[in-house]
Amino acid sequence: MSILVIAEHDNSTLKAETLKTVAAAQAMGGDITLLVAGSNCQAVADAASKVNGVSKVLLCDNAAYEHQLAENMSLLVTELAADYDHIVATALTTGKNFMPRVAALLDVAQVSDIIAVESADTFVRPIYAGNAIATVQSLDAKKVITVRATGFDAVATDDNASIETIDTVCDAGTSSHVSDELTESERPDLGAASIVISGGRGMQNGENFSLLEGIADKLGAAIGASRAAVDAGFVPNDMQVGQTGKIVAPDLYIAVGISGAIQHLAGMKDSKVIVAINKDPEAPIFQVADYGIVADLFDALPELESKL
Amino acid sequence: MKVLVPIKRVIDYNVKVRVKPDNSNVDLANVKMAINPFCEIAVEEAVRLKEAGNATEVIAVSIGDKSCQEQLRTALALGADRAIQIEAEGELDSLNIAKLLQKVVEEEQPQLVILGKQSIDSDNNQTGQMLAALTGLAQGTFASEVKIDGDKVNVTREVDGGLQTVALNLPAIVTTDLRLNEPRYASLPNIMKAKRKPLDVKSAADFGIDLSLRTKVLKVTPPAEREAGIVVETVDELVEKLKNEAKVIS
Ligand SMILES: Cc1cc2nc3c(=O)[nH]c(=O)nc-3n(C[C@H](O)[C@H](O)[C@H](O)COP(=O)(O)OP(=O)(O)OC[C@H]3O[C@@H](n4cnc5c(N)ncnc54)[C@H](O)[C@@H]3O)c2cc1C
Ligand SMILES: Cc1cc2nc3c(=O)[nH]c(=O)nc-3n(C[C@H](O)[C@H](O)[C@H](O)COP(=O)(O)OP(=O)(O)OC[C@H]3O[C@@H](n4cnc5c(N)ncnc54)[C@H](O)[C@@H]3O)c2cc1C
Repeated sequence: MSILVIAEHDNSTLKAETLKTVAAAQAMGGDITLLVAGSNCQAVADAASKVNGVSKVLLCDNAAYEHQLAENMSLLVTELAADYDHIVATALTTGKNFMPRVAALLDVAQVSDIIAVESADTFVRPIYAGNAIATVQSLDAKKVITVRATGFDAVATDDNASIETIDTVCDAGTSSHVSDELTESERPDLGAASIVISGGRGMQNGENFSLLEGIADKLGAAIGASRAAVDAGFVPNDMQVGQTGKIVAPDLYIAVGISGAIQHLAGMKDSKVIVAINKDPEAPIFQVADYGIVADLFDALPELESKL
Repeated sequence: MKVLVPIKRVIDYNVKVRVKPDNSNVDLANVKMAINPFCEIAVEEAVRLKEAGNATEVIAVSIGDKSCQEQLRTALALGADRAIQIEAEGELDSLNIAKLLQKVVEEEQPQLVILGKQSIDSDNNQTGQMLAALTGLAQGTFASEVKIDGDKVNVTREVDGGLQTVALNLPAIVTTDLRLNEPRYASLPNIMKAKRKPLDVKSAADFGIDLSLRTKVLKVTPPAEREAGIVVETVDELVEKLKNEAKVIS
């Protein structure tokens, strides 16, 4: 069996989640090829070649893939798919964008967001905001799979696979990139951080998120938010944790002024240790918290920062 | 310009679903159902395009048994002009749904199809992208802004790093994210009016496509429950526990 894993990257760095997706591919069993498609992305291919369990890196470096537009990526991956039994990508916004397109072009179903591998054709995935766990068998000859990175442990990076360059240019010509408005942050990625501190509607406004920043700086934590905090414009969309935002599972998750709606829990309840700071003792977040503190966040946060 | 909006009937987002004791599926008997929230946002966007003079007609379509007519009526009450129900019993996977929608696109020739980015029941996040592939159209997924610009549409997308704007040739496929708009409430007169708007019923079998399932659900189980922990009295106690008991900070 052979597996094509598509690397998640921004043309300069390989995303940590790819190491977890490779672990999922290893569990499926087979020879793993890692595709790096982008523009001026040699550095990513170099990093990819160190990923354990990968026997070959395919580097496809062309302007057509600079922004990994789904129309172009799906044509490329579909063309390469002829040589593979499994096509696997990380369930982040890039993979979620082009993978279903690949599946449809190959005329196969996709199994989305898997958290475990039972066998080469059977996968486990959460449904209903994680309130049910489905075991799904793919009946297609080729499997198209997206992986929820938090379900798998990263493979190590001390290998040395060969890099093969391919120059397949797929440009559908139906879409173009206009602009990016990316959030600049010195902090670790939400998906990769071992500590996450998130604020909800209880934070009241964007300025008050500085109360979380002081703590995040001391702990080396990433900062997240609930949907309510994003919708209210306190913080940008890329900070939303939850069923329809980012899925995180850090060693420590601190929820501040977040009630604990099922949609929020879906994005963080696999964290190792959960702390809740909320002034309402009845808030559902306390039902999943290992340590809760019933307090006004405007008192608790400055005190916490001073004691770390 | 016609806008097609595929909508799905799903469990209400406030309901916490339970797994059936025989682990065959979740138990949806007597559970409150609603229009998938992302589909509601899709209907709203289409109606706003019409109100702004960019669209001439909004068509809602849903694939499912007769009960999804309820959600189609909701879409009509929110401002869709007419509706199509494609009668299908039992489960279909996203690829089948996308193939049926492809037929509707061929028939209706919309300039824009707006879907939800994901259904809150199966959380697949794939139907819109599959439809885009089958029709060969460009896609703007996870949209937080949609702007018609001549023969193109500019779509701002919510991506992991922030926002990305792409320009798509029309016709195109868009899937909605949460910040695209805030759907209106249907007024009583509009709910009454919706009852008289046209709702066509077609049979999935008549489309002549192979709808066999490519995925098989082997079992559905409840998730591992987290045990509630303890409530600490002071910040000092919290810090002490995190250092010495949980050992997650140093
Ligand atoms: C389709 C759909 C998708 C969704 N996806 C997501 C998602 O991905 N992620 C997500 O988070 N939500 C999501 N939601 C929204 C979700 O249902 C909740 O509305 C949301 O999580 C609530 O955010 P919150 O806890 O910040 O706000 P609230 O529920 O309003 O809770 C605020 C909390 O702050 C506490 N508080 C207030 N002031 C203080 C204070 N001074 N000190 C201490 N505590 C205080 C209150 O006691 C309360 O518990 C989704 C909803 C829908 C319909
Ligand atoms: C336990 C279980 C596990 C399953 N696992 C899988 C799986 O792994 N892969 C798979 O392909 N299917 C699976 N299914 C089938 C799945 O539930 C859906 O019926 C099917 O996949 C439709 O896609 P979706 O709603 O998940 O689409 P999504 O891609 O999440 O929905 C996006 C949008 O597509 C549109 N849409 C979706 N359905 C309809 C509809 N019926 N009518 C009109 N518009 C619609 C809406 O605009 C919606 O917002 C599973 C079902 C069960 C019960």
